[in-house]
Amino acid sequence: MKFSEHWLRELVQPEIDTQTLVDQLSLSGLEVDDVEPVAGQFSGVVVGEIISAEQHPDADKLRVCQVSDGSEEFQIVCGAPNARAGIRVPFAKVGAVLPGDFKIKKAKLRQVESFGMLCAEDELGLSDDHGGLMELAADAPVGADIREYLKLNDQIIDVDLTPNRGDCLSLVGMAREVGVLNKVPVAEVDCAAVAPQIDDQVEATLVAANGCPRYLARVIRNINPGVETPLWMQEKLRRSGVRTIDPVVDVTNYVLLELGQPMHAFDLNKLEGGIQVRMAEQGEALTLLDGQEIKLNADTLVIADQAKAVAMAGIMGGEPTSVTSETTDILLESAFFAPLAIAGRARSYGLHTDSSHRFERGVDWQQQRRAIERATALLLDIVGGEAGPVTEAVSETDLPEVAQVPLRHDRVTSMLALEIPAEEIVEILTRLGLSLEVSGDRQWLVSVPSYRFDISLEVDLIEEIARVYGYNNLPSRTPLAELPIAPKSEALVLQGRIRSHLISLGYQEAITYSFIEKGLSAQFDDQHEPMALANPISAEMAVMRTTLWPGLAKALQYNQHRQQPRVRLFEIGQRFVPGDEGLQQQNVVAGIICGSRQPEGWNGGSDKVDFFDLKGDVESLLGLGSCADQFSFAAEPHVALHPGQSASIQRGGKTVGRIGALHPSLQKSLDLTGPVFLFEIELDAVIEGQVSRFSELSKFPESRRDLAVLMNVETHFAQLREVVVAEAGEHLKQVTLFDVYQGQGIEPGRKSLALGLTWQHPSRTLTDEEINSAVSAVVSALGTKLGAILRD
Amino acid sequence: MENLQALLADGKQAVAQADNVKTLDDVRVQYLGKKGHLTQLLKGLGKLSAEERPAAGAKINEAKEELAAELNARKELLERAALEQKLAAETIDVTLPGRGQQLGGLHPVTKTMERIESFFGSIGYTVEEGPEIEDDYHNFEALNIPSHHPARAMHDTFYFDARTLLRTHTSPVQVRTMEQQQPPIRIICPGRVYRNDYDQTHSPMFHQVEGLLIDKNISFADLKGTLEQFLRAFFEEDVKVRFRPSYFPFTEPSIEVDIDRGDGKWLEVLGCGMVHPKVLEMSGIDPEEYSGFAFGMGVERFAMLRYGVDDLRLFFENDLRFLGQFR
Repeated sequence: MKFSEHWLRELVQPEIDTQTLVDQLSLSGLEVDDVEPVAGQFSGVVVGEIISAEQHPDADKLRVCQVSDGSEEFQIVCGAPNARAGIRVPFAKVGAVLPGDFKIKKAKLRQVESFGMLCAEDELGLSDDHGGLMELAADAPVGADIREYLKLNDQIIDVDLTPNRGDCLSLVGMAREVGVLNKVPVAEVDCAAVAPQIDDQVEATLVAANGCPRYLARVIRNINPGVETPLWMQEKLRRSGVRTIDPVVDVTNYVLLELGQPMHAFDLNKLEGGIQVRMAEQGEALTLLDGQEIKLNADTLVIADQAKAVAMAGIMGGEPTSVTSETTDILLESAFFAPLAIAGRARSYGLHTDSSHRFERGVDWQQQRRAIERATALLLDIVGGEAGPVTEAVSETDLPEVAQVPLRHDRVTSMLALEIPAEEIVEILTRLGLSLEVSGDRQWLVSVPSYRFDISLEVDLIEEIARVYGYNNLPSRTPLAELPIAPKSEALVLQGRIRSHLISLGYQEAITYSFIEKGLSAQFDDQHEPMALANPISAEMAVMRTTLWPGLAKALQYNQHRQQPRVRLFEIGQRFVPGDEGLQQQNVVAGIICGSRQPEGWNGGSDKVDFFDLKGDVESLLGLGSCADQFSFAAEPHVALHPGQSASIQRGGKTVGRIGALHPSLQKSLDLTGPVFLFEIELDAVIEGQVSRFSELSKFPESRRDLAVLMNVETHFAQLREVVVAEAGEHLKQVTLFDVYQGQGIEPGRKSLALGLTWQHPSRTLTDEEINSAVSAVVSALGTKLGAILRD
Repeated sequence: MENLQALLADGKQAVAQADNVKTLDDVRVQYLGKKGHLTQLLKGLGKLSAEERPAAGAKINEAKEELAAELNARKELLERAALEQKLAAETIDVTLPGRGQQLGGLHPVTKTMERIESFFGSIGYTVEEGPEIEDDYHNFEALNIPSHHPARAMHDTFYFDARTLLRTHTSPVQVRTMEQQQPPIRIICPGRVYRNDYDQTHSPMFHQVEGLLIDKNISFADLKGTLEQFLRAFFEEDVKVRFRPSYFPFTEPSIEVDIDRGDGKWLEVLGCGMVHPKVLEMSGIDPEEYSGFAFGMGVERFAMLRYGVDDLRLFFENDLRFLGQFR
């Protein structure tokens, strides 16, 4: 809501300067976004009258004017196309200073002397209009200072109102607030009834009375459409950011700004029969004032005549019945449309108007008659004509009720932690237009005025009291509470620990978008159809990720394109996996690595990372919960991964994650330099650990035997380990794999694995015989189960 | 016995001339070994008379001891020299960079969230999380924002269908907590939120931390005190704090909080208010018995103010040159 400070001060006169006023508004909940002067800084400009305008002897586009300042005449050379005798214009005399510190001096233009300058609006910082000289009213006092005459020592105040304060979307509403804050009286706008001069009436019927409980109409005939809107009104509109259109529309806009009542004027002669306020028929056509042709939905309230819809109620009028320069008879509308009947409708057609903005928030449902009288008086003043009587259609039962809200003084005190005296509470609420009636000991019953749609509960009243009292004047304290110790499971690994661990392993945390491109999503997951946004920002942010990998791969790409060859990133976040049992929103931890094993240095580590670098990091992560042995890795292909370097991570027979090398063809299509390795694990699988359990330390020596085993390359170490653990007896402590070899000296298709087995008994020393027999059991089982033999 | 003196002198000279432990050892064998020169002299004592023998033996033993002492001293010297030489050879350039992984780092948004969580954690708030794909009820209706409420326009919501959306704030987590738990409630809800708005100062995805305290006798003053203390703790400065009336459908009164960090400019940093009685009621809490406050802040905004980041978009580009500035 934009308005002129001058206009506000016509209604309320607190003795404070602009800055204080602005701060006061902001701190009372009416946040001032901007304050700007209505005109640029200038001086020495007066109202001048062009006495004569002759063609410049030496320049086609210039004119030589004689300009009067009321006492003297000056010769001015002027290039404006509208410079002509008889008009009054802003005249910057020699010595004047225009905005931008531009000093007016005597000059010569093509040999003709010029003593000053005639101004266009933009030259005075009034607007961007440079179409020609600013033409002032014919009765503008010649010689008067322009700043005085146009009241330019004024500011435009722009207030960003919250949706609950529809009552402040008018000068009257703003003035009421300022009056309350400064405890000064507020002037009433003159809305005296205009006596009808003719009998013409148009009947109005409320078919959809719950959407429009009150509709007032009035015929005005024989207006003069050729008249100009008076300067004072044009200026007030301009300073509120509203363009002058024609006097009829200007008056309705003026009343909208002044009282907050949106109004509409129809060309009476284009209406067919009486007015009906009804719901639109589905698909009904209406051409709006802005030229758009709309197919209406059945949830939209319309104003119709007997033949057709003529306006989208409370939103915008129709073009065919609008007032034009030929209009002589009008029908004026002043109605109350229920907020729920308007809310969301404008937006559903891509519209937003000053009218819909107000009706959605709530317009004073008792002011329609005052508004129509006010508009009538202004119209008769400006465009003449004769007014008929006001027609009013009303459905009392559909009108809002005057809310009666109980208020307990004790509640005010406990909520604000401050005892505000009763007189002060009464004073604040009364000035806001509420009326209080004592209803018991330290209790009132408060009646809410018809312009406050935001007050229906006791807390709403307490807010009003607090707001006017000043939030910064209220006390502050530290809350007191009981302090029970909260349970905290030691078995759970804290997210912070997971993060710190990865950071210690050289990973940098990333945060990537939760929505990604659809095609990219399919490249990383061909098993799930991702959730698609109905209204995405762009195709790149259209579907919800089912894995964090696409985002991390894009982040890798971003960094590789910026000369960062070594990248280690992780992210913790939700993935969104649709499935038969509904959508799963799972927190996962994922990572990506690429480049050298260690940062480039003088001392090696420049080998590229491989699968086992990442696997080692993942294993240490899985170890945080003290139950690393519950996890296993199984070769399993995945659409995004290299078929030979891809594994699922299992816990208790359930897949909880994946790890592998990015598929080379995907790597190529993403323009990545590889190889690239990725992992992703359900966060819960990492978090849910167990509390450590002490086991007795053996005092007896360990025995170790090393075995080199030859077996087929397809046989996995995990299988080997399984057999070893099963056969080596209960006192086997540890199996260490210390070499893997394939190549010269080993027949093709076979590989050699070297294992160290360690035994230890808790209460005695194991004998050589016991160890030897365990070793033979292992060797023999390896032979029968895996076809593995001891290497010579 | 001249022979003894000459042998001793020779021995001493050999010791002095030995320039390594090996040579020195040879000298020991040559003079003091079983067949060494001095040992041989002892064996020759048999030829002497019983009267002469003790004195001569003592002299030889003296000479032996003298030589042994010289040998030991020389050995120690040589060993020390050898060690020193070895150590000198092993000297490294300690200013060369160390080996191993470079430390990674936390994303500044996480870093900021963790700090905020720690301040509130220290006074008994627990962290609650919730789904990012939400239903209309928890994101709006339960927060007193019915379907045609003008406040919905302030939210620029991403929808999947009429009932399913991306949460526009973390407030639904508060609702879900209140549904599950009776007061006292002290929670902090960090997480990603989404709004359909993308320009220099808006990101379609960003992070919020919201807090909720519900108990008996919680007043506006408790809200003010809590946030004033938090803001001063977060910025580690005595920031000026200002409370401005505002409007959120789920709080009444509603407040926006501005800070001034000493440059005379007020910056809006968070929104808050006393929980609306309808919101309490809808979640099954009696507003006559309990009251509470809620607050919410944009994490990126706090991170920008704290670390001096001037462009919101940097947070989601994941440029290592940016991320690497935070540990």
